[in-house]
Amino acid sequence: MIRGRVHKFGDHIDTDGIIPAGCSHISDPAELGRHCMENIDPAFARRVSPGDIIVAGSNFGCGSSREFAPWAIHGAGISCVIAKSFARIFFRNAINIALPLLTCPEAVEGIEEKDLLEIDLGRGEIRNLTRTTVFTALPYPEFIRELISAGGLLEYGRRLLAQSRESKEPIRK
Amino acid sequence: MTLAEKILAAHTGRKSVKPGEFLNVPVDLVMTTDGTGLIAVRQFQKMGARRVFNPSKVVLVLDHSVPAPNVDAAETSRVLREFAFQYGTLLYDVGRSGIVHVLLPEQGLVLPGDVVAGGDSHTCTYGALGAFATGMGATDIAFAMAFGQTWMRVPESIRLVYHGHLQPWVGGKDLILHTISRIGVEGANYKAIEFAGPVIEALKMDERFTMANMAVEAGAKAGLFLVDEETVAYVKKRAKRPYTVYHPDPEAEYAETVEIDISSLEPQVAFPHSPANARPVTEAKGIEIVQAVIGSCTNGRLSDLRMAARVLAGRRIHLRVRCIVLPGSQEVYLEALREGLIETFIQSGAAVSTPTCGPCVGAHMGVLAAGEKCISTTNRNFIGRMGSPKSEVYLANPAVVAASAVQGRIVHPQEVLGT
Repeated sequence: MIRGRVHKFGDHIDTDGIIPAGCSHISDPAELGRHCMENIDPAFARRVSPGDIIVAGSNFGCGSSREFAPWAIHGAGISCVIAKSFARIFFRNAINIALPLLTCPEAVEGIEEKDLLEIDLGRGEIRNLTRTTVFTALPYPEFIRELISAGGLLEYGRRLLAQSRESKEPIRK
Repeated sequence: MTLAEKILAAHTGRKSVKPGEFLNVPVDLVMTTDGTGLIAVRQFQKMGARRVFNPSKVVLVLDHSVPAPNVDAAETSRVLREFAFQYGTLLYDVGRSGIVHVLLPEQGLVLPGDVVAGGDSHTCTYGALGAFATGMGATDIAFAMAFGQTWMRVPESIRLVYHGHLQPWVGGKDLILHTISRIGVEGANYKAIEFAGPVIEALKMDERFTMANMAVEAGAKAGLFLVDEETVAYVKKRAKRPYTVYHPDPEAEYAETVEIDISSLEPQVAFPHSPANARPVTEAKGIEIVQAVIGSCTNGRLSDLRMAARVLAGRRIHLRVRCIVLPGSQEVYLEALREGLIETFIQSGAAVSTPTCGPCVGAHMGVLAAGEKCISTTNRNFIGRMGSPKSEVYLANPAVVAASAVQGRIVHPQEVLGT
């Protein structure tokens, strides 16, 4: 269960807005998190409490393929992003690092800055505790759910490699 | 099936595929650069992989921050170089390299019918060759380097059909800027674009690369061109392995078909801060600029430099403008030198750089200060893209950028050439 305060953004928040291209040498998520949304809202990273939630308009994460973008959000302490829609590569990257994204246009309309939300990812349920409203997000296709439950693509790959080693190299010990 | 569906079906050994299906697709090439490669390499190591799936199908290109402008960039390049040597992958480094999306087609590393996973959003450029090429993040690239495959949702396709006759100084860049402004920055989100129609058939390869390059600015997963004589002529002298040409079925189903008449289209200028903010150049007339950038994976090819040189020949860059020309690859640079284009640039007062993405990503070689306005042949004008978040970037074709560099303000090339 996710519980946190809302930070609201508009439409077409791009990857350069989420994390400046000049930060592409940084690989520590916490350090990336300190620069999160710097170009749009310089005080953002300081305002976030762990578990907080980003709520945004359409096409969130458009722009570059930089995985720094979901990592910066994750590193800033954000637990989940709810948007009207997500840009394709950002969606992929977030799933691959197991940062939950929920697509729910109605929720975005019915949520304001600083609202307190509770989210049940398994059911795609978004409860706005401030306004006592409930929304249900589009569910993930099964394939994506498998990837997230494996802990993301890295973990999924690690398991595959371990399995192939067990089957190919059992006698070498 | 559409062209995208044909390629994905062939790669997964299926008779047919449908939009929305999830597939594990074998890839013909995995590419990464110093832009996002550092994390890809780290993820590859964290995953516990001990080898890449096929060293001749993995390519590392150092192009974003090269030659290294600072210690962090130097460190990133060092790690990627060592990775390439350790695992025996292909490596393109300073002096023998170029901007990845100019370089790989030139080197014959991407061919028609290929599936390419690239660690850069503009990987869709290779769609110009009739390849299904798409940009991904670092963990995806790490996985693809280790396993030679990647997960994909079969995209819906939209077909864009262009009719009419192009006006002077209007080309691929103007067509794609106009298209993005028409369908919007998410007009093709998650989808594959198929470019078609008589205008497209008449385009040279360089202009097709420019258009495919910016498909992602409309959110597209891929932007594909049908393979024709022009494509085959380009590929023939470069390919070192066989390839397969796929054609869409006449009864292919498209999510949408958009007919676009371009007869009255003027050169386009995309205003800050979105590539979708394109307007006719006459509406941008008079906007003062202090920097003009000619190059990048969008417009750093030989015909782009020729177009800029036609405008700059015998003229001087405006005193308040820095004009920076970046040939897209060593091959482009050398040919431009032989044709006398480089001399034209230097005599006009432009700075000519070794191939790099530099200024486009605000890395080096022309970073903007607060309040500065730049006109550029690159593909993005997001807030802070080329430097200060208080700078502004206008996107246009090489002739418009060159003409604006001469005038010190945005202008139609005809005004400078008097024709």
